[in-house]
Amino acid sequence: MTYHPLKELFLCRLRQFYREPEVVFWTYGFPLLMIVGLGIAFRSKAPDRVPVDVVQSETSAAVVAALKEAPGGLFDVHVSEPALAMERLRLAKTSLVVEPSVDGNTYRYDPSRPECITARAQVDDALQRAAGRKDAVSATDRLVTEPGSRYIDFLVPGLLGMNLMGGGMWGIGYVIVDMRVRRLLKWMVASPMRRRDMLLSLVGGRLLFTVPEMAAVLAAGVLLFGIHVAGSVASALVVGLVGAACFAGIGLLSACRAKKIETISGLMNLIMLPMWLFSGIFFSYERFPAFLHPYIKALPLTQLNNALRAVILEGAPLTSQWFPLAYLGGLGAVCFLLALRWFRWT
Amino acid sequence: MPELVGGFRVEGSRPTVIYCQGLCKTYDAGKRRAVEALRGVDLDVHAGECFGLLGPNGAGKTTTVEILEGLMKPSAGVVEVLGRRWGAGADMALRQRMGITLQETRLNDKLTTVEIVRLFRSFYRQGREPDDVITAVSLQEKRNARVGNLSGGQRQRLVVACGLVGDPELLFLDEPTTGLDPGSRREIWEIVRRHQAHGRTTLITTHYMDEAERLCDRVAIVDHGRVIALGTPPALIARLGGEHVVEFAVNRHAEPLSIDRLDAIPAVLAARPDRDGFALTVSQPHVAVPALLGRLNRWNYELSRLTTRHVSLEDVFVSLTGRRLSEDTPADEPQAKEAAPA
Repeated sequence: MTYHPLKELFLCRLRQFYREPEVVFWTYGFPLLMIVGLGIAFRSKAPDRVPVDVVQSETSAAVVAALKEAPGGLFDVHVSEPALAMERLRLAKTSLVVEPSVDGNTYRYDPSRPECITARAQVDDALQRAAGRKDAVSATDRLVTEPGSRYIDFLVPGLLGMNLMGGGMWGIGYVIVDMRVRRLLKWMVASPMRRRDMLLSLVGGRLLFTVPEMAAVLAAGVLLFGIHVAGSVASALVVGLVGAACFAGIGLLSACRAKKIETISGLMNLIMLPMWLFSGIFFSYERFPAFLHPYIKALPLTQLNNALRAVILEGAPLTSQWFPLAYLGGLGAVCFLLALRWFRWT
Repeated sequence: MPELVGGFRVEGSRPTVIYCQGLCKTYDAGKRRAVEALRGVDLDVHAGECFGLLGPNGAGKTTTVEILEGLMKPSAGVVEVLGRRWGAGADMALRQRMGITLQETRLNDKLTTVEIVRLFRSFYRQGREPDDVITAVSLQEKRNARVGNLSGGQRQRLVVACGLVGDPELLFLDEPTTGLDPGSRREIWEIVRRHQAHGRTTLITTHYMDEAERLCDRVAIVDHGRVIALGTPPALIARLGGEHVVEFAVNRHAEPLSIDRLDAIPAVLAARPDRDGFALTVSQPHVAVPALLGRLNRWNYELSRLTTRHVSLEDVFVSLTGRRLSEDTPADEPQAKEAAPA
């Protein structure tokens, strides 16, 4: 009977993975929970009614009636004493306090709260119309709610990228340091095992786990939230695999010297933290000041997320994504080579 | 110096499998401190031998074997294993001929016995069938059990199986029985003996003197990075002159018992203080014991403890260093015969 070391190493890696329920959960279950949770929290829905307090006075009844009859039932009107109305404004229970009088209306609100400013405009608009104002220019609303432009559409590729980063870093970095702590690395190096086989089995295992991982996240997006994958799934998979390989290289490099689980955990969190914050997982990195953009774009997760969004949401062909793919591939290769050079086997 | 034949050093008719001369290892312990782990170790292990490195924890045993295994470079000295030197471009070929187990390896709990043995088998071009080795270490009933469900002794046998699966000419076992119960230790000894029966060479490190005495053809006693005694266990024991040790203690007395008075007892070759009492190396216990009891009676000392036993490597170590080898020698089948005080 013949035995192939690479095959046996690879099989052992697979078995260690799927026999560890916690690891399977964090790789596959957790991102699904995130998608479901965030998808529900940020689902597209009718805007909340605007809370408005009207101070009790002789003319308040007309104001209340005008607000209640406004089209779309936009306002949640509350009639109260002046002191109570101000207290509710201070506690953000209401967005606007209206003090009607025979001379006209006084609006009290906090100019630093966006919802107050919106409420002031909406209330004033409704009251002016009720009083007989005519619009000088006609305006038509066209609402944009089709799949592809919703928050959940933005979110799914971001979560996919975040998951590929976490999986690559933990799936390689943690596993290596764990083997070092257990003295398994040293023992295997003392045997006639080829070091190359060991590293190939780790990276190969990681890339294989990427496929069901991406499939699960994408399928959840499509089935639960009706996400429309504009590009080809194969292109998305290629981008995902290149991203996973890049983070596997970074994981290998961070683990190449660490002797303790605490060291590698801290190091990997330190590397991942800026990417969690800046790389556009939950919101676009363009919201950060412009002078930060070049640094943010240098982060591999930013490149991965951009490429995933382009391929999945915009249907961009792979060739248009040559830069992020080359950047991720090159960074991964440099990390891999440096890791090999500095690797602590014994 | 042994002569060289076909790349192998040969002493008598048996090739030298391990040869090392003047082995030194200095660790950098930081802040300009250096720790001298080895201070010139000379060893030669012959083909077919079970050779033991015996010494207390921290004596330099593991450093020595890791240098011999090519896992560490010596600061100075010559090492030849199976006729070759490490780093001469043939390390992998050399590893193909060796089986190695390290101290305190923790296997992955989720893999099964047969999966781990197969993995190690795959590293060797030639070797034994995994199931044969699993049977050889009596784990056939645990073949498909995960490591997490094995006892400490079973795990250690699995580790040894991984060392044996390449059918090595030379097997290294670093502290293979540390922390195991007496039954598990005997099982490991049996496995090593069966390996020896095939004419293979084994190098074992241990801090259990009974293990070295029962298992090893020759032992080197290592202390503070040096070999302080080398030879067969009977020859080392014979150096003490007598073959028996009488250990005793007396109750509290106004005037402590002096070693000089004990030395003068007939058939006593040497006397030394030992724990709360004394240990006498004697040539003829049937002469020494009655004489001892008679004198203690005459000197008005009341005996609280008396045992006699054969001389062990522990006594050799104590006589060489004045210290005990280990404080954690397990209470294996008692070697000492209790004698009732007269």
